[in-house]
Amino acid sequence: MDLQILLLLGQDGLTNGAIYALLALALVLVFAVTRVIFLPQGEFVAYGALTLAAIQAGKLPGTVWLAVILGIAVVLIDGGLALKSGNLKRLPRIVLGNLGLPLVLLGLISGLEAEALAALALPLQILLTLGIVVPLGPLLYRLVFQPIAEASSLVLLIVAVALHMTLIGLGLVFFGAEGFRTQPFSDGALEIGPLLLQHQTLWILFASAALIAVLYVLFERTVYGKALRATALNRTGARLMGISTTMAGKLSLGLAAFIGALSGVLVSPMTTLYYDSGFLIGLKGFVGAIIGGLASYPVAALGAVLVGLLESYSSFYASAFKEVIVFTLIIPVLVWRSLTSHHVEEEEE
Amino acid sequence: MNAAHEPKPVLEVSDLCVAYGKVEALHKVSLRIREGEIVTVIGPNGAGKTTLLSALMGLLPYRGEVAYVGHNLDAHVEVEERVGQGLTLVPEKRELFAEMSVEDNLLLGAFHRYRSGLRDHAQTMEEVFALFPRLKERRTQAAGTLSGGERQMLAMGRALMAKPKLLMLDEPSLGLAPLIIKEIFRIVAELKQTGVSILLVEQNARAALQVADYGYVLETGEVSLEGPSHELADDPRVIETYLGLGGKKTA
Repeated sequence: MDLQILLLLGQDGLTNGAIYALLALALVLVFAVTRVIFLPQGEFVAYGALTLAAIQAGKLPGTVWLAVILGIAVVLIDGGLALKSGNLKRLPRIVLGNLGLPLVLLGLISGLEAEALAALALPLQILLTLGIVVPLGPLLYRLVFQPIAEASSLVLLIVAVALHMTLIGLGLVFFGAEGFRTQPFSDGALEIGPLLLQHQTLWILFASAALIAVLYVLFERTVYGKALRATALNRTGARLMGISTTMAGKLSLGLAAFIGALSGVLVSPMTTLYYDSGFLIGLKGFVGAIIGGLASYPVAALGAVLVGLLESYSSFYASAFKEVIVFTLIIPVLVWRSLTSHHVEEEEE
Repeated sequence: MNAAHEPKPVLEVSDLCVAYGKVEALHKVSLRIREGEIVTVIGPNGAGKTTLLSALMGLLPYRGEVAYVGHNLDAHVEVEERVGQGLTLVPEKRELFAEMSVEDNLLLGAFHRYRSGLRDHAQTMEEVFALFPRLKERRTQAAGTLSGGERQMLAMGRALMAKPKLLMLDEPSLGLAPLIIKEIFRIVAELKQTGVSILLVEQNARAALQVADYGYVLETGEVSLEGPSHELADDPRVIETYLGLGGKKTA
């Protein structure tokens, strides 16, 4: 056993684990607030990465059109409802809130020459990407999950699977079957002893840690974050305080889309991503979320890091069984969970 | 009290019907609450008291007319909107956020005001602490670790954070020790001074009639009796069924 290989694999595992941890947090959040096991989480990763790739290639990403079309659909539905109830004052907010950003971005990107778009500074390109992908979260919640918010978790899961399939299909339409890589945030590497750390690796670790810190502050210190937690803890109690389940759902899917898209932007310089790559990445985050019982944020994050490490070491020692080993982890975890969960249920009452 | 210029009604309910599937839980219930008044609805278990409050809060669909501060509250008006209009319910089960601190529970009580840009929650919280000094001592403790009485106080305090016009209390005495019940009802009476109107649903008829101005008796989904609470307290039918020495209670 070579120490250098061991360290290298550990570094790889930690980097991937950091991404899985972010996705696991998003999954726990969405499940706690909406009871949806959010399978399409991985599609946000792919959409984020491929949207950025399209921008860097000077092309108009198809995801902008998706945001615009979803926005129009929401405006038609909500606007129609507002008209029917004679609530005209809400119309401007409905139009601006759902269609404003997608239309502005559509105009902005299609107004730029291909070379100018490709030559845009990287932070601006990333901002554009987030601006396109993040609104998809609330819009999809409004169209897909809000009408069935009171359905059983099984129905919600089935719908989530359908949405996942649909988004993968749309991904193929938007980006084609070939894979893309984006430019790294910065070139170069950092040498620490025997370790050679790519700058992108450092970016991933730094951004994940920063995002986790931001999420912590959001949930512990801000009124809206507390309102999200309250909805997760006690839906009826939250509604009675005027915390709308719809608002909480939109907010949590917006956060999930943000986390997903940012993860995609972070990993796309390291690995080539395809329209359907999001699924496997999201699934590994899901294993982490399951380790946390879909309830505990810190355990889910640690579980996801464990998944990353396990994946990295098994890819070296038994590369043919890499995925098998990672996904087999879920079985002992589920057994352990089902043996201990009885106690948890009693506490909830 | 002052019949000369009668206070305006805050809530006027006429012919309210609520059904669970085909089973009608409330049948043509009518009641009225005026500004600054405490109105109580008493009745046995299963009479439909909680159903009444849930319907008024928008948690259950209903038929019939509900006029709130002059305008009609359609059954489609969502809970959140009702909260925004100053209606607040303290449910029988309290529905606290068990893992969050007392302070955060209170803060979220003001969520709707906060969202509408009214950021006076710090001052409102001081007022709530003045009413419930016990909550101030426990402010950093998780709501789930409080005693039954403290939980009820927190549920009421949280509701008051919304600065309601109409506060609806569902069985505030449920499961509490007699001394605590006394304390809770003392606070209910004190709340009246702040100008809030209160709709109090209770099984503990004696305590409720003592603190209320007007009372309704709800039996199997219908109002069977109503009147000023001191008259109800003297009514032989009420005395026999609800205030008797306890032996007759069949619930």
